[in-house]
Amino acid sequence: MSVKDRMSGNEAVAYAIKQVNPDVMPAFPITPSTEIPQLVSNYIANNEMDTEFIPVESEHSSMSATIGAEAAGARSLTATSSCGLALMWEELLLAASNRMPCVLTLVNRTLSGPININCDHSDAMGARDTGWIQIFAESNQEAYDNFIQAYPIAEDKRVHLPVMICQDGFITSHAVQNIVLNEDEEVQDFVGEYHPEEFLLNDGNPIAIGPYSISSYAMEARKAQEMAMENSKEVIIEVARRYKEKFGRGFELFEEYKTEDADYIMVIMGSAAGTAKQAVDDLREKGMKVGVLKLRVFRPFPAEELAEALKNAKGIAIMERTESYNGHGGPLCSELRAALYEHKVYTEAVCYTYGLAGRDFTVEHVYDIFNEVNDIVVNGKEYKQHRYINLRTKEV
Amino acid sequence: MRTDVSKINETTPYEDLTEGLIMHAGGTAKEFKTGEWRTNTPVFYAEKCKQCLLCAPVCPDGCIPVKDGRRADFDYDHCKGCGICVKACPFGALAMVEGVEPIKEEGV
Repeated sequence: MSVKDRMSGNEAVAYAIKQVNPDVMPAFPITPSTEIPQLVSNYIANNEMDTEFIPVESEHSSMSATIGAEAAGARSLTATSSCGLALMWEELLLAASNRMPCVLTLVNRTLSGPININCDHSDAMGARDTGWIQIFAESNQEAYDNFIQAYPIAEDKRVHLPVMICQDGFITSHAVQNIVLNEDEEVQDFVGEYHPEEFLLNDGNPIAIGPYSISSYAMEARKAQEMAMENSKEVIIEVARRYKEKFGRGFELFEEYKTEDADYIMVIMGSAAGTAKQAVDDLREKGMKVGVLKLRVFRPFPAEELAEALKNAKGIAIMERTESYNGHGGPLCSELRAALYEHKVYTEAVCYTYGLAGRDFTVEHVYDIFNEVNDIVVNGKEYKQHRYINLRTKEV
Repeated sequence: MRTDVSKINETTPYEDLTEGLIMHAGGTAKEFKTGEWRTNTPVFYAEKCKQCLLCAPVCPDGCIPVKDGRRADFDYDHCKGCGICVKACPFGALAMVEGVEPIKEEGV
């Protein structure tokens, strides 16, 4: 039996944490993720869960303590945003390379500067090569559902990698939506108990975690870690299918919305996918065959699956919510175009940058983008890659 | 099934290494002979030693073996030659010499 409620994204993830009831949560507050550790602390104070909460003095410490607890054999997690994730940089790499199946709930916020507290994906995208699995949510419901799937993915013995559960700052973290909650017992049954094979507090079976590695071993360790990331794809799909079977919701690597017969497809991550879907509904009423591909899993990057899903489109709009300052577009754009090329899908692929530091992105912008892609494909309109959407400029 | 780390060596393929290079064993650091890092070396003159044992606890690497209340000669496989023990000795029973070998001066 599921329960209908209304919650913000932070409330939804905190509720999922309560239901999973992990062993240890070290955390340090930062906007807009502060509510998650705050609400978990309330649950603990009210005896609704028995997670050990550790107040720490920085995100460097919260990630370190998460790794330490996980290495000791405890199911661990933390929460952060933006500069907090940046301060965890060194430890993010350690969590992954030491193969710690811990979880981080990230509430996406821009990185400075100029200093700003609103949503874009520059924090998560900056951490894209740290070895974490990264899963993005469109809605509060998806943030909730994704968190419940995090440990089953991370702790699978084919994976043993940390998982970052991402949702858009303020847009989903603070906006209240209707939500369907699972029963506590069903969540606990789905996630299962954590029984690591090797852990530091395993009396009589000593181990050393994170030993110095000379050059004769370090490259082999990297390859093994990379293989775990490749293997995680099938585990993410299996867990998503099991979740859908049990709870009736969710997507695997990405969601395809009205893409089957679409001439033009917008590829987008996070909350703005909802805006894109509304625009697609509107444009289809006017006879335009358009669709949305919402990427759920950014790491591992589903290159082959994306190329297959996009191969019949005449034009693709790739929506980037971060800036890479390289003159060649952001990570989603670069990686997706590389994937299309590798799999010989030579479709027109136009990259747009939108929503930086909380800039509004509306259905009208989506109409304009689809119309421009149509103009490019049908009339050969000349265009510039990586154009900023909703930007004040003197350019005409 | 635990990996027998004693069977892992520099010819082991990546598939057979432990996850994250976790050592499935304790106390393995002593197999790593770090004493060769030494540039100066402490020497032990047993005849001057009063067995006060001020030296053993100040050694950062545990290289002064103590058994039945008496110290023995240095563990040169792991001594880095820091010289802290020499400063701690009130009886001149320890001295530093240049180089990696513990060469004792005659007549001391």
